[in-house]
Amino acid sequence: MVVMSKEKFDYFIRGGKGKYEVVIGLEVHAQVLSKSKLFSGSSTKFGAGPNNQVSLIDSAFPGMLPVINEECIKQAVRTGLGLNAKINNYSVFDRKNYFYADLPQGYQISQYKNPIVGEGKVLLDMPYGSKEIGIERLHLEQDAGKSIHDMDPSNTYVDLNRSGIALMEIVSKPDLRSPDEVNAYIKKLRSIMRYLGTCDGNMQEGSLRADVNVSVRKEGDKKFGTRCEIKNVNSIKFMQMAIEYEAARQVELIENGKEIDQETRLFDTKKNETRSMRSKEDAHDYRYFPDPDLLPLKLEQKLIDDLKKSLPELPDKKKERFIKEYGLNAYEANVLVSEKEISDYYEEVAKLSDKKLAATWMMGDLFAMLNDKGLDISKSPISAKHFAELVQSIKSGEISGRIAKEVFEIMVESGDNPNKIIDSKGMKQQSDPKELEKMINEILSKNKDKVDQYKAGKEKLFGFFVGQVMKLSGGKANPQLTNEILKKLLKG
Amino acid sequence: MSIDKEKIKHVAKLARISVDEAKVDSLTKDLNSIFKFIEQLNELNTEKVEPLTSILNQSLRSRKDEISDGKIREKILKNSPKENEEFFVVPKVVE
Amino acid sequence: MADITNQSLNEIIEKVKTKKVSSTDLTKAYIKNIESAKKLNTFITTTFDQALDKAKEFDNKPNFDQLLPGIPLAVKDLFCTENIKTTAGSNILNNFVPSYESTVTKNLWSNGSFLLGKLNCDEFAMGSSNETSHYGNVINPVGDQLVPGGSSGGSSSALAADLTPATIGTDTGGSIRQPASFTGTVGLKPTYGLCSRWGIVAFASSLDQAGPMTKTIKDCAIMLESMSGFDEKDSTSINKKKEQYSKNLKDNIKGLKIGIPKEYRVDNMPKEIDELWEKGKKILKNLGAQLIDISLPHTKYALPTYYIVAPAEASSNLARYDGVRYGYRSKQGKDLIEMYEKTRSEGFGDEVKRRILIGTYVLSSGYYDAYYLKAQKVRQLIKKDFDDSFTKIDAILTPSTPSSAFKIGEKMNDPVSMYLNDIFTVPVNLAGIPALSLPAGVDKQGYPLGLQLIGKALDEQKILNIGYAIEKNCGFKNEIKKWWS
Repeated sequence: MVVMSKEKFDYFIRGGKGKYEVVIGLEVHAQVLSKSKLFSGSSTKFGAGPNNQVSLIDSAFPGMLPVINEECIKQAVRTGLGLNAKINNYSVFDRKNYFYADLPQGYQISQYKNPIVGEGKVLLDMPYGSKEIGIERLHLEQDAGKSIHDMDPSNTYVDLNRSGIALMEIVSKPDLRSPDEVNAYIKKLRSIMRYLGTCDGNMQEGSLRADVNVSVRKEGDKKFGTRCEIKNVNSIKFMQMAIEYEAARQVELIENGKEIDQETRLFDTKKNETRSMRSKEDAHDYRYFPDPDLLPLKLEQKLIDDLKKSLPELPDKKKERFIKEYGLNAYEANVLVSEKEISDYYEEVAKLSDKKLAATWMMGDLFAMLNDKGLDISKSPISAKHFAELVQSIKSGEISGRIAKEVFEIMVESGDNPNKIIDSKGMKQQSDPKELEKMINEILSKNKDKVDQYKAGKEKLFGFFVGQVMKLSGGKANPQLTNEILKKLLKG
Repeated sequence: MSIDKEKIKHVAKLARISVDEAKVDSLTKDLNSIFKFIEQLNELNTEKVEPLTSILNQSLRSRKDEISDGKIREKILKNSPKENEEFFVVPKVVE
Repeated sequence: MADITNQSLNEIIEKVKTKKVSSTDLTKAYIKNIESAKKLNTFITTTFDQALDKAKEFDNKPNFDQLLPGIPLAVKDLFCTENIKTTAGSNILNNFVPSYESTVTKNLWSNGSFLLGKLNCDEFAMGSSNETSHYGNVINPVGDQLVPGGSSGGSSSALAADLTPATIGTDTGGSIRQPASFTGTVGLKPTYGLCSRWGIVAFASSLDQAGPMTKTIKDCAIMLESMSGFDEKDSTSINKKKEQYSKNLKDNIKGLKIGIPKEYRVDNMPKEIDELWEKGKKILKNLGAQLIDISLPHTKYALPTYYIVAPAEASSNLARYDGVRYGYRSKQGKDLIEMYEKTRSEGFGDEVKRRILIGTYVLSSGYYDAYYLKAQKVRQLIKKDFDDSFTKIDAILTPSTPSSAFKIGEKMNDPVSMYLNDIFTVPVNLAGIPALSLPAGVDKQGYPLGLQLIGKALDEQKILNIGYAIEKNCGFKNEIKKWWS
C-alpha cells in the first residue's frame, strides 16, 4: 500500500519494450545480542583470537549436544513484538543439512516449518508517504564459522569463533520496490532492534547481513517474475548496487527474449556485478528435519506478556509523541527518533530548552559536526546539558545565531559550558535599546549623505546601516532590535 | 518405487560419499530390497495422524546466558588432521 | 580361592567390601583373562596400566560406601573417554582421542569404578552381529563360529567370557538386548532420557539410549543406578529424582498384570522361541501374576519405520565426520569437496555408507513426505499402541529375538534378513520406553535364548523386579566353556 503525498514513487527500469517494476524481498540475518552462543556457553564477543571462542559443541565433537540459551529465545520474542508480529507458542528447531568447512556439524540448527515468530509489519517513511512492509517470519538459527582463503595458496583456514552464535533471520514479504525502500527498511529494522537491545546492527562486524531476492515484472503485471537470490551482502550501499545491477540484468534478459534462471548469485564488490554462485543442477537439497537432540520449544503466554510489558518505547510511538509533545513536524520527529541515542539526547535537551529550536540546532550544527568527526551521538563532545544551555542563550536573545555558531565551535574544542564561553569572551548580544540607540545615532551622524539618499528613496541602503552597526558592535548587536531602532531613527 | 543408479549417485553426492563404480550395482540391489521392505508402510492410511516430533512429552529446557566455555583452542585443535596452532586447515575450496 | 571373575558383580562387590579380594587382585584377574582371550577380539583398546594405578589408589584409600567400589569395567567403544582413544568401531575415528568423558562413564567412575578397556562394536553401532566393525568380528564365547549379536557385541562377549564383571552398551534398535540374548546375559535399555547421551558417539539421537549389560538382574539394577541420572548438558535428559533400583529390588510380583501381545508370534519363528515364551508365561502365572492377551496392532510396521527414522538421523549425525577437525582424512582430496568424498568413502564401512545413503534419500527433496514424514506418523501409532496397552497392564512379556545366535557371515549378504533380527526389540526404541532382556533357556544346540520384559516409561524398577522373579525360577545357568584360552 503506497500513500502518495508530495513526491511520487518513481523507480522503474526502462527497457526498450516498456517500464519494469523491481520486486525485492530481504532475508536479514541479525546477530542476537547475548553473552554466550545459541547452544553453547562460549562467548560471542567480536575480535577474539582465532578459535578462542570455540567449545566442543561449536566444533561438533562426537557426542556433543546442544542446550539452548534462554536469553536468545527472549531476544527473538522481543524483536518479534517490536515488529508487531505474532509470537508462536510452539516452535521447532530443525537441521538444515549441507557440507562446508566452516559448518562443523554438517548441518545448521535453524527453524523451518515452525518459526518462533510469524507475520508482522514494519512502517517506512518515504518522501511519497508511509509504506507498510510485511514481515513473513523471524526464526532463530546458528551462525557458521569463517573460511579464510587468502592466508595460504593451497589451503583454506577455518576459524570457528562465529560458529554457533545466535542469528535471527528476518524474512520480509516481497513488498520492497526500490533501492531507496531497501535502505529505509534496513535502517528501520536496525533502529527497532537497537531500541530493543536485541541486535547492535553493526554491519562492519557482520552483525547485520542480508540475502536479497530480486525479480522484475512489467509495470502493471500481477504475477511475480522469476527471482534470483543475492547472498550475504553486508552493507546497504552494496545491497543497493547489487539490486540495480541485478534488475538491469534481468530486464535485459527479458528484453532479449531469454529466460531468467532461479538461482543464487554473489555480488562482486570489486566489479560491481552479480554472478551465478551455483548451477541449477547443483541446487542445494537441505534435507530439513526436526533436530532430535532438541525438543519443541513451548513458550508460556506469561513469558510473552511479561516481555511485552517490558518493551521500551519504539520509534513509531516515539515519533508520534515527539510531534504531539514537542510540536515537531513529521520530518524532524522522524530524524530525531531514528536512533535511540539521538532521541534520548534530544529529550534531555528539550527538557531544558526551547523544544523546536533545540531540534533545529541538533539537526543542523550538531549533526554536521558529528558527521564531520565520524562520531556517534553517544560520543558527542558537547553534552546534552551544555547544548541545552546554548539553545537557551539563543532563545533568550543573549547571543545571536551567528555568535552561537562561534560559541558552538569553542564548545566542541574545549568541552566548556556555553555561558562560561560567552562571559569570558564577552560575546553577549547587545540588547540594551539605549546603548544601541547611542551607537546607531553615532553611525547616522557620520554618514549623513547616505541618510539623505535613504530618505530620498534608496531603501537598499538599510542593509548598509545594519552592517555598520554589526561592525561597530563586533557582531553582538541584537539584530531584531537593531532593525527596529534603525527604522525608527531613519524615519525621524 | 525402484531406485536407479543415477539416483544413488545423486544421493551419494549429497552425502559427500564417493561411490566406487564397481560397487554401484550391488548397492542398487541392496537399497532396492531395503526400500521394498520399508514401503510396507504404504499399506497404512496415516492421513489423520500427527507426526511424532519428540518422544518426550516436555518442553525444551533452556540454560542461563553465561560464558561457561571456550578458550580451549589447544583441545579443539589437538585431533585435527593437519596441524596448525590457530586454525583448522583444509584443502582450498573450489567454487 | 575360586575364580572370582565368573561371579556376579554383586558377589564381587561383596568380596571387595569384606576385603576378601583387593581391587588390584581383582583387576589383575581380569587382565589375565583378557590377555588369554584375544581370539574373541572383544577389545579395541585396553587400559591396563591406568586400571592398575586406579586399583592401587583404591586399595590405599578404599571407600566401601560407593556403589561400585574398586571395580574395573570395560565399556563399549562408543562412549567417549578422556584421553583414551574412542573409535565407535570405525576407521574414520581410528586416531581420535577425546579430551572429555561421557556423562554415563563419568557417573560410573564417580561411583568407584574405573576403566579396563574399550570394547569392540559394530561401526557407529550399526549392525546386529558385530560384523561391521572396522576392528574385525567379535566371537561369541558360546561357540567359535557364532556372532555375539550387535551392536554391543564386544560388550556381550566380554561379559559372557568373564573379561569384565559388568559392562555398558547402547541400544538404538536392540543393540543391548539382542547381544545379551545371544550370550546368555542380561541387558536393559532404559527409558529414553534416563541416561544422558552427552559424550556418546551418536547414531540416531531420538532412539539411542545407554544401558547396563550384566550377568544378573541384581547386577543390572546396580549398574543402572550408577550410570543413570539427570544431565543438564543433554536437552533430552529427564529431570527426576534418582532411584535406588538395587535396594528396591524384590521378587514378589503377585497380582501384576502382564500383557502378552499376539503380534509377537511371527511367521517362521523357531519352535524353541515359542516354547521359551510359554515357559516365561508359566513362571509368571505360578508366581501369581495375571496374564492378559493384548494387541499392539502396528508392531509389524516398527521395523520399516525404524529403517527410515534411524538412517535419516544417522545421515545427519554422521555428517560431522568430514576429515576437517578430527579423525581420518584421505590423502587424496585435491580440493575440499574431493577431500570430503574420499575421506567419507574410505573412512566409513559399507553398512554405515548404506545407511547414510538411505537416510539421505528419505530426507531428500521430493521424498521427505513419502518416507520420513510417513515414518514419524507411524511412529506415533506405535507409541499409541503401547500407551493404550499400559492403561491395562503393568508390563509386557515377549521373546527378545526371533532366533538364537547365528553363524558368522550367515546374514552379511542380505541386509533385510539381518535387520529382521531386531523385530522384537525395535518397537520399544520407537516408543521411548524401557525393556529388559534376560536369559531364560537354551535352544536344542544349547545356545542361550532371552525373554524381553517391556515397561512403561520410567518403570524400570517394575521390569527389573519381574525379571528378578523369572531369573530365580527359570533355572537358566550360562555354561560357557573357556575354549579360547
